Amino acid sequence: MDLKDLYQDIIVDHNKSPRNFRVISPADLEAQGYNPLCGDKLAVFVNIRDGHIDDLAFQGSGCAISVASASLMTEALKGKSEAQARELYEQVHAMLTGADTDQDPLELGKLAALAGVRDYPSRVKCASLCWHTLIAALDKQAVPVTTE
Amino acid sequence: MTLSPNPQPSVNQGEAWAEAIRGEFPILDQQVHGKPLVFLDSAASSQRPRSVIDAVTWYEEHDHANVHRGVHTLSQRATDAFEGAREKVRNFINAESASEIVFVSGTTGGINLVASSFGQKFIAQGDEIIISHMEHHANIVPWQLLRERTGAVLRVIPMNQAGELDYQAYLDMLGPRTRIVALSHVSNALGTINPVKQYVAAAKNMGIPVLLDGAQAVPHMPVDVRELECDFYVFSSHKMYGPTGVGVLYGRQQLLDQLPPYQGGGDMILAVSFDKNVYNELPYRLEAGTPNISGVVGLGAAIDFLQGIGMPAIEKREQDLLAYATTALLDIPELRIIGTAAHKAGVLSFVMGRAHPHDIGTILDNQGVAVRTGHHCAMPVMDFFKLPATARASLGVYNTRADIDRLVEGLQHVREVLG
Repeated sequence: MDLKDLYQDIIVDHNKSPRNFRVISPADLEAQGYNPLCGDKLAVFVNIRDGHIDDLAFQGSGCAISVASASLMTEALKGKSEAQARELYEQVHAMLTGADTDQDPLELGKLAALAGVRDYPSRVKCASLCWHTLIAALDKQAVPVTTE
Repeated sequence: MTLSPNPQPSVNQGEAWAEAIRGEFPILDQQVHGKPLVFLDSAASSQRPRSVIDAVTWYEEHDHANVHRGVHTLSQRATDAFEGAREKVRNFINAESASEIVFVSGTTGGINLVASSFGQKFIAQGDEIIISHMEHHANIVPWQLLRERTGAVLRVIPMNQAGELDYQAYLDMLGPRTRIVALSHVSNALGTINPVKQYVAAAKNMGIPVLLDGAQAVPHMPVDVRELECDFYVFSSHKMYGPTGVGVLYGRQQLLDQLPPYQGGGDMILAVSFDKNVYNELPYRLEAGTPNISGVVGLGAAIDFLQGIGMPAIEKREQDLLAYATTALLDIPELRIIGTAAHKAGVLSFVMGRAHPHDIGTILDNQGVAVRTGHHCAMPVMDFFKLPATARASLGVYNTRADIDRLVEGLQHVREVLG
């Protein structure tokens, strides 16, 4: 297995310079995510306007995979409807777990850079934490999310 | 029972010596991701030498039956092997009597036994239990459960930035309500060797029992429970080159005698009726149900292995390797070792610049180097150092300077991958 499949340039770049790495205060929706295995913690903030994601940001600490995944997620979802966001979540989840092998990763745009994670089962939770946290925010859940 | 001979390497404890010991471990002779395996995760679980694997196999193929039960030959052989291992443990930690050696599922099982049985008998609302800031969760959570059941108070010995406990704070904590002190001998997350003899002596002066968590000490240095004068000493087989699923609770007889049974079942009773039971004698009274017999046999073989090399020799070798590794790691830019106590065992927790430990672990694994990453079941330690996690390289008797060199090479590669 080539490490570069996991740590692609785009992942390294988004880890070093995460996009939308800030707090939105006050945010329409927010949620906290926590991965107890590696100690990753992040908060996701969402502003909704007319049923669409008007602004999306995150903050926290985590490994390169979790930070890059969150950064890519915020870029991918701005302007998307809530329904589109949930659909993309399903697609990303399938890509990370290798559940949907017919899927063309190119349809996911930059998010396809995370496809290498499927070969590292212990790292899937890192990449999916931000997405679970986003869904929790959309569901307006008050309780913190964990990937355990 | 005939076993393969223990290694009798030359006594200089140098690299050839360690290579010979490494050769006794079949699992280490393999490639991971196309590179020869370097195993630096013995603090999580060590590997097994051929002699341990053979002892367990021999037992399974020739001697297995239930212990303490049958009149038939196999039952007698199994009982002899099982009780023979108990005597080896007694000798290994210099307990006074084999009846002070209780087989449990592991360190966690042993501490839970004490927290439950000792707690039931001796701990009530407002009583105080002293632990330290550097404990493994296994020596925190059982006491918290006891606190919830009884209303006892948990007091925590603080530590400094080097990862050394504050002895004066401990002395100030000891008081008329203190019922037990539970302390790690060696910290799994930091490597600190606590001066436990001194801590035990202070408690003894006030008649307070002390439990020592020896999981990270027993594989790496001579341990003499009578010299330490502790009341309980707990450790795991799988961290000392024996099988998983078995461990030892040593308890001073006078104290064990007073403990109510932990679990009920077969082997722990002499007579059962629906009105009244007569409990068995020690240690069987605390060993309900069929034990992990093959695991205990393997543990006995692991002790033979360790004693064949000699614990003082192992201690000296690992201290030398720790010094080599510490110097090598500190040469890496931005690398910071977490746990810099004056007296340490072979545990190197570290962080490196902005690289997350989880990424370090994956990148090292890709080069065949196995380290632990995460909170090491010691979240209060991570909180103390304000870190979500560390990477941890931990040494075993089979590690060599070449292993450390591979670790250093791997860490230099982390930088290239993460940019």
